Amino acid sequence: MTNDKLARGADRPALIVGLALLAVAGVVYYDASQQTITSNYGVGPTAMPYVACVGLVLLGLAHLVVAFRDGLPKPEEADTGALLWIVGGLVGLIACIAFGGGFTIAVTILFSFTARGFGRRAFAMDAAIGFVMGLTIFLVFAKLLTLLLPAGPLERLFL
Amino acid sequence: METTLSLLNGFSVALEPSKLMFCLIGVFLGTAVGVLPGIGPALTVALLLPVTFKLDPAGSLIMFAGIYYGGMYGGSTTAILLNAPGESASLATALEGSKMAKAGRGGPALATSAIGSFVAGLIATIGLAFLAPWLVEIAIKFGPWDYFALMIVAFVTVSATFGDSPLRGLTSLFLGITLGLVGIDKLTGQARLTFGVPELLNGIEVTTLAVGLFAVGEALFVASKRFRDPEEIIPIKGSLWMSKEDWKRSWAPWLRGTAFGFPIGALPAGGAEVPTFLSYSTEKKLCKYPEEFGKGAIEGVAGPEAANNASAAGTLVPLLTLGLPTSATAAIMLAGFQQYGLNPGPLLFAEKPDLVWGLIASLFIANVMLVILNLPLIGLWVKLLAVPQPWLYSGILVFATMGTLAVNASPVELGLLFLFGYLGYLMRRYDYPVAPMVVGLILGPMAEAQLRRALQISLGDPMILLENPISATLLGLAFIALVAPFVMKGLNRFKAAED
Repeated sequence: MTNDKLARGADRPALIVGLALLAVAGVVYYDASQQTITSNYGVGPTAMPYVACVGLVLLGLAHLVVAFRDGLPKPEEADTGALLWIVGGLVGLIACIAFGGGFTIAVTILFSFTARGFGRRAFAMDAAIGFVMGLTIFLVFAKLLTLLLPAGPLERLFL
Repeated sequence: METTLSLLNGFSVALEPSKLMFCLIGVFLGTAVGVLPGIGPALTVALLLPVTFKLDPAGSLIMFAGIYYGGMYGGSTTAILLNAPGESASLATALEGSKMAKAGRGGPALATSAIGSFVAGLIATIGLAFLAPWLVEIAIKFGPWDYFALMIVAFVTVSATFGDSPLRGLTSLFLGITLGLVGIDKLTGQARLTFGVPELLNGIEVTTLAVGLFAVGEALFVASKRFRDPEEIIPIKGSLWMSKEDWKRSWAPWLRGTAFGFPIGALPAGGAEVPTFLSYSTEKKLCKYPEEFGKGAIEGVAGPEAANNASAAGTLVPLLTLGLPTSATAAIMLAGFQQYGLNPGPLLFAEKPDLVWGLIASLFIANVMLVILNLPLIGLWVKLLAVPQPWLYSGILVFATMGTLAVNASPVELGLLFLFGYLGYLMRRYDYPVAPMVVGLILGPMAEAQLRRALQISLGDPMILLENPISATLLGLAFIALVAPFVMKGLNRFKAAED
């Protein structure tokens, strides 16, 4: 522990992880305390949650200690723009599936957004690749594996 | 004798055309993902789980094992030609291998790693075939308390003993165990941590967690720092073949690497990295030309490569005989067994000898296929490295989504995938290992079931865990393994296996 670190106060990431672990432990504890079914022999379904809870509390406290000592490893600066494109692609994917847009369009969104996040500028071409990829996967699953991926208006044309 | 007969019987299964086909697909895919940076065998098997759900169990498991072995072979290519290890087990190979490639000796480096992997894979698979029946004899006598103790050992070694930081490893493990609690309790029907969301009643899918942490997490992580160090492929110059001198300097490291890799892989000691680094430092000490180390000594490639392949075979020993995964890939293979209602362990050897021995026999075949695939076709694998990074990661995410939707086609499942992906990104960013989380999710419920079974037999007396010699010893070992890293900081040199 150096004076330099003390001057800057606690390491924020370690502090957040520590508090988050304590919060998770709290949720696990609350859930276990609300359970109604118990076991006649040995331990019931609440035992393991309590064990996990104790573990999480100890680890959370340890993180708080670490926060005031060395802290977590310092990561390099992240490329936020790239991350946002990919996150946007994933959110678009979930929304498309949730509102019945179908697998193919969802994959088109995901593929083109991710490629954009990784620095490509050919959006239309990537969207085309994603579209073909999505439709192919959908058809292979439906016809060969008899597994139905989420279908939208477009997929129903082929079924 | 009995083993030889079982093994011959296994070959009769493994040599069926359809099984050979699965094996070939497995080693092909395995080599490909081993070569590609950022995706490893654990992720690939996780992605294939839902797709193989309706296929023949024996064939799929043979394919998974082929992927595991193939990943170990393929990783060396990237390590040598890119100085970017495709999986963590090739870190040691990259040290000398990339130096050899820069000195124009990439060919012999690739050759010694392929042949060394072959030799090690062969010896270690023989070891597996003869060790497994013997361990099964012992495991038959195990009670639930012994299994529970064994799982505790695995928890500790996977997360704490060999990690960079035991605190971060254990945090990852406990989050995994907590996720394992979600869903309906199998013994009583009590719903736990489901918060009234019906999709959570069946628990967290292993595929969703593994794919989220490995695939989505890795993609976000790579994207977040993509302006860093552009990697350059070093072209292979000169002959691919090893000279007489190369052979003379390689054979002993191969054997020593195998001797490190197999036993350490078989112990619940956290995967392939430890033996590869042990092998590297041993070769450095024993080498007749120590001045070459750091400039491209062939011993430094031969030894670690043999060690990492031998350890892959080693991890299959506890997996098949005890149902105990000791690496992330083994953990996901266990999930593969479970999706067919199969539980690895002594019973499986008795009930499905064809499947178990077919799988072991197929490992021999996989090794032969791999050495053929890797030596003459090396040019093909190098071309794979030229796939543009944006397409590579977009493709990985598409396959990740596909795998998740095939398990459970609901937006909730996708939301979980996304959450786990972001968690995986943050964990990578702050240097938390992700493998213990997957192991926690898979082993946590199993450990709970064994503990409750043990306590039912003892009518609730926890002393049963300490009264039985085997479980008491194992728990003692687990305790030592947990405390040791805090006592001896030196152990932290060895990083935990991420694959």
